[in-house]
Amino acid sequence: MKRLAPYLLILPGGLWLAIFLVVPMVFMASVSTQEGDVVNGFVQTFNFSVYGDALVQYRTQFLRSAGYGLVATVVSIALAYPMAYWIAFKGGPRKSTYLLLVLLPFFVSFVLRTVSWKFLLADDGMLLSPLKSIGLVPGDFHVLQTTAAVIGGLVYNYLPFMILPIYVALERVDPRVVEAAQDLYAARREAFTKVVLPLSLPGVFAGVLMTFVPMTADYVNAGILGGPENTMIGNIIQTEYLVNNDYPTAAALSFTLMAAMLVGIFAYAKALGTENVLEAAAR
Amino acid sequence: MTDIQAGTEAAAAAASTSAQVPAIELDGVVKEYVAHGEVVQAVKGVTLTITEGEFFSLLGPSGCGKTTTMRMIAGFEDPSRGTVRLHGQDVTDVPPNKRDVNMVFQSYALFPHMNVWENVAFGLRRKKIGEAEIKRRVGEMLEIVALTGREKRRPREMSGGQQQRVALARALVNKPRALLLDEPLGALDLKLRQAMQIELKRIQREVGITFVYVTHDQSEALTMSDRIAVMNDGLVEQLASPREIYESPSTAFVAGFIGTSNLLSGTVDRIVSGSAVLRLGQEGRVLVAGDGFQVADPVAVTVRPEKITISTEEPTGDLSVVPGIVSEVVYLGLYNSYAVSLADGAEVTVFQQNALDSTSTAERGDAVWLSWQPRHSYAIGS
Repeated sequence: MKRLAPYLLILPGGLWLAIFLVVPMVFMASVSTQEGDVVNGFVQTFNFSVYGDALVQYRTQFLRSAGYGLVATVVSIALAYPMAYWIAFKGGPRKSTYLLLVLLPFFVSFVLRTVSWKFLLADDGMLLSPLKSIGLVPGDFHVLQTTAAVIGGLVYNYLPFMILPIYVALERVDPRVVEAAQDLYAARREAFTKVVLPLSLPGVFAGVLMTFVPMTADYVNAGILGGPENTMIGNIIQTEYLVNNDYPTAAALSFTLMAAMLVGIFAYAKALGTENVLEAAAR
Repeated sequence: MTDIQAGTEAAAAAASTSAQVPAIELDGVVKEYVAHGEVVQAVKGVTLTITEGEFFSLLGPSGCGKTTTMRMIAGFEDPSRGTVRLHGQDVTDVPPNKRDVNMVFQSYALFPHMNVWENVAFGLRRKKIGEAEIKRRVGEMLEIVALTGREKRRPREMSGGQQQRVALARALVNKPRALLLDEPLGALDLKLRQAMQIELKRIQREVGITFVYVTHDQSEALTMSDRIAVMNDGLVEQLASPREIYESPSTAFVAGFIGTSNLLSGTVDRIVSGSAVLRLGQEGRVLVAGDGFQVADPVAVTVRPEKITISTEEPTGDLSVVPGIVSEVVYLGLYNSYAVSLADGAEVTVFQQNALDSTSTAERGDAVWLSWQPRHSYAIGS
């Protein structure tokens, strides 16, 4: 009984994952190679050509999603790092208050927050109509249905997932180690680049993992804030599945997306793995 | 040329023209903090001079201001008032990275993401020293601290003693004008601590650099230092050699903090050429050297437990003599510790070495005489 205890601990979570993750995945994999239609039913024909066809057909959306995900990730790091740094080193006794403020948007529904952006940024909305009436921006100026709006929405919605891991990494940096660097002739800037930054990179690494994947697969922001030119792969999957009822194509696209992201993430981890980055930073 | 090099060379030039230039001078240094709306003085005015090549200790209980004093020498704290001079140069407003002193931190503060070699080379790299020179000096330094062959280890893969030596090497490799050590042995166990004390002293002799050592451990300070500044409540109570501090503490605080000491109080009975005879109770008389005593003055004197002889017969001769009753005997192997109650209620601790010819075998409840040479007791200022 005692030897079984550790396994009992992982049993509930393990079962949960098995039933709600593995089973649907196997089911979807099977659906992806079936042929037919929603009226006459689908038959398993091991039609693997659907993968190639889907990739060719939606190549633009795949590349666009990766591009949006990448840009949004970079923008997120640029915004999140200084914020996390400030909270960790200058937050004083109010640290937890600031962290709560960062997390506050989570108390409002994801979709609702994005829709409220739509109201704020609409062509004749609260922000643009006064600016247009005083002639600060041209009458045909618009924010919605642009690449910037979609990336802005992505960054806005996932920013806390970047801030938190960076904050945790910075919080763990011993201030005496920074003093040691200054004592050893490092100017403030060098103390940051040679000590604080390398020690916080694992946090940045985790933040990228936590934001890049969901941002690339996101369809809410492109759907609400973007236009026809901003369609992401998530929107295509949604349309194929719910509107066109082309389940095999939707499933094949999902698996292609997953595989591409796994490959990308592993390449990223290998190239920028914590150890490698730290070795380079120590020079 | 960087500011550091300029500073070093100017200081080196100054040192060569006059050997009198002290390594470190603190002049009326005060450090104030505001805590909960109140001004707190951590250091209340410290003036001291540390000479070149000296092993100097700042000794005191926690909160006495010793660490703050050291951090002002390193440049991590700005003095509220007063001046800090390194080799004659006023560095009061110079940031730590431009001061030619290095520090060994209490918890070592090694760079966790760098291996031993990179940790030690860090300062030389910042000073833009050539790669070949770095290689030579780091290798040499690792040899001195006996870490050759462990260059690729990360700090977390090393024992406390090894980390300690990396911290030492990382600071010493820069050939600083002074090395500041903040309780560097505090995290080590007793055996290793004693070994490192000897090791530190050896390294200091080998490299010939001024060491400023902060500690609350009096035996550590006594073992290693050339001079000790005993600090209490933000002030230096006494600054002298270990022997002088132990043998003739100048204040009651120093007497109590360093080793075990007995504090006796009496009144001046009569004055004899350059010394006073104090009366303690009915039969006690204590001789104490010094001028400026007045008959009937109350005076406090100290005497170390190991200086006192315990006997059942009243001793004769020019000794300080006080009678008492043995209230406790503790056998400690190397020596016996006696607690003796005096007539006025004071308790005196006496150590008697456990020698073969030990005649004093006083038991609990025995009436005994305590005696000591007059030169072993000192009048104490309050």
